Amino acid sequence: MTNADLTRLSAAQLADRLAAGDVSSVDATQAHLDRIAAVDDAVHAFLHVSAEEALATAREVDDRRARGEEVHALAGVPIAVKDVVVTKGLPTTAGSRILEGWVPPYDATLVERIKAAGLPILGKTNMDEFAMGSSTEHSAYGDTHNPWDLDRIPGGSGGGSAAAVAAYEAPLAIGTDTGGSIRQPAAVTGTVGVKPTYGSVSRYGLIALASSLDQAGPVTRTVLDSALLHELIGGHDPRDSTSIPEPLPSLVEAARAGASGDLTGLRVGIVTELQGEGYQAGVLARFHESLELLQQAGATLVEVSCPHFTYALAAYYLILPAEASSNLAKFDGMRFGLRVEPAQGPATAERVMAATRGQGFGDEVKRRIILGTYALSAGYYDAYYGSAQKVRTLIQRDFAAAFAQADVLVSPTAPTTAFKLGEKLDDPLAMYLNDVATIPANLAGVPGLSLPSGLSDDGLPAGFQILAPAKADDRLYRVGAALEALLEQSWEGPLLAKAPELEVAR
Amino acid sequence: MSSLSRDEVARVAGLARIDLTPDEIDRLAGELDVIVEAVARVSEIATPDVPATSHPLPMTNVFRADEPVAPLDRDAVLAAAPAARDGKFLVPQILGEDA
Repeated sequence: MTNADLTRLSAAQLADRLAAGDVSSVDATQAHLDRIAAVDDAVHAFLHVSAEEALATAREVDDRRARGEEVHALAGVPIAVKDVVVTKGLPTTAGSRILEGWVPPYDATLVERIKAAGLPILGKTNMDEFAMGSSTEHSAYGDTHNPWDLDRIPGGSGGGSAAAVAAYEAPLAIGTDTGGSIRQPAAVTGTVGVKPTYGSVSRYGLIALASSLDQAGPVTRTVLDSALLHELIGGHDPRDSTSIPEPLPSLVEAARAGASGDLTGLRVGIVTELQGEGYQAGVLARFHESLELLQQAGATLVEVSCPHFTYALAAYYLILPAEASSNLAKFDGMRFGLRVEPAQGPATAERVMAATRGQGFGDEVKRRIILGTYALSAGYYDAYYGSAQKVRTLIQRDFAAAFAQADVLVSPTAPTTAFKLGEKLDDPLAMYLNDVATIPANLAGVPGLSLPSGLSDDGLPAGFQILAPAKADDRLYRVGAALEALLEQSWEGPLLAKAPELEVAR
Repeated sequence: MSSLSRDEVARVAGLARIDLTPDEIDRLAGELDVIVEAVARVSEIATPDVPATSHPLPMTNVFRADEPVAPLDRDAVLAAAPAARDGKFLVPQILGEDA
């Protein structure tokens, strides 16, 4: 097998070859580093590539296997990590100038688990600054380009992780999803992404955006790979007080069972409010074809109404900025990151903080911090933040009522396919609408998965979203794997096989 | 709902400790006004009988075992600071002259 072929394997396939001794982790890791060298000038998925560290991990795993030691099933399979996750010894910027050059002195819990299992970390992936955005254009370090069309956005905030996986630069990546930052990039890049139940994966060591919404999860090319990665990074962590103190459901087992394509007895709820106006015709057409496949697999379709979802975007853009304005107060120029002295006048701590943040934060971060500070300020708190928290209750009630009628809920993941870079940059509200279908899950804490549903009329990938009740993440994998198998039968292969080959730099 | 004036943006930016240029204030006032108008819809359905939710999965009294663990290495932490001296963060004066 050539090195190029190694980058085309799914993580599960690569893991099998590593276990069988057909290939070494050093070869597999080098193959991905070569691929990054060949295509990342064009894609710009990575902010930092940690070749030496990755190869050192790979060698160690190969040695352990050679000695006959028991290793994790994913040992030796390389992975990319979104730059909002702290990694000891590797620069971590969260896409912001304010953290340029910062090297964290500790690992996030999920990174500890990745390292303990022996997955070589290829590097850190690009993202909208502090995960604020839906296109990765708000990164302080330049745009990431969609591998399907380099003039288009890869989604956001986790556009780097999704593009890395779509461009075969990594078989696995870590994302974080506060309002859709795993699922929407998956949809527009033809890949798979999962936002686990809130509390399923530890938030310790994520640079917090909105603490009551943030959740880390897998970014992959197949549903089974997401299940494998979710099982590795998930589970209780005493260092995160919102971590669920229970074992995860059997996710890999659910994905393997689902791949048989039999969904007899499953009730699928189609959310009325998450389709129709604002959704591209081709996106809806692929969505309805997927529904037919689910029905052919034995599922029953029911239409469910979640009337308060139409208020979810408004509530989200109050709750998120409010929490972000508080979380980002730690970037004060005192203990880490950038420090800027004011141009004139005394350099007091307060003035240094204002000068540092004025220079270190980008436009979208300033916009949201000021919006959040406003929503929390005296005289406005009840009308804005207080009301948004009540909407959150109403959305949770909508979910409870819907899940009484259906085992899973479904919708298109994003209303449109990937738009052109720059197209929505000057219109914040239009940008926010990309997440209209993904935000309700974050507000309620329920898990969601996006998988490719096909190509829209413009030849670009569309996404199919599956939502399950809290702690029932296994349902996502069962239904997702079933639909994936049926769709790939109809396409005679994975959707990504239809993506144009990237020009390879030599 | 009130709209977000230029003065209001400048005042809130002060509360948030972010220095803005006059251009930035102009642009943000226009953008935030549109956004605030859009998000103000939440009050339409937030009636007094609806309780507020602050957290998706409520948990109370979450404790861990009270066992001492090693803190982060001091030198590693200070190495990432903008300025340090004598094993401590070196910061600007905390209080202004008139404080």
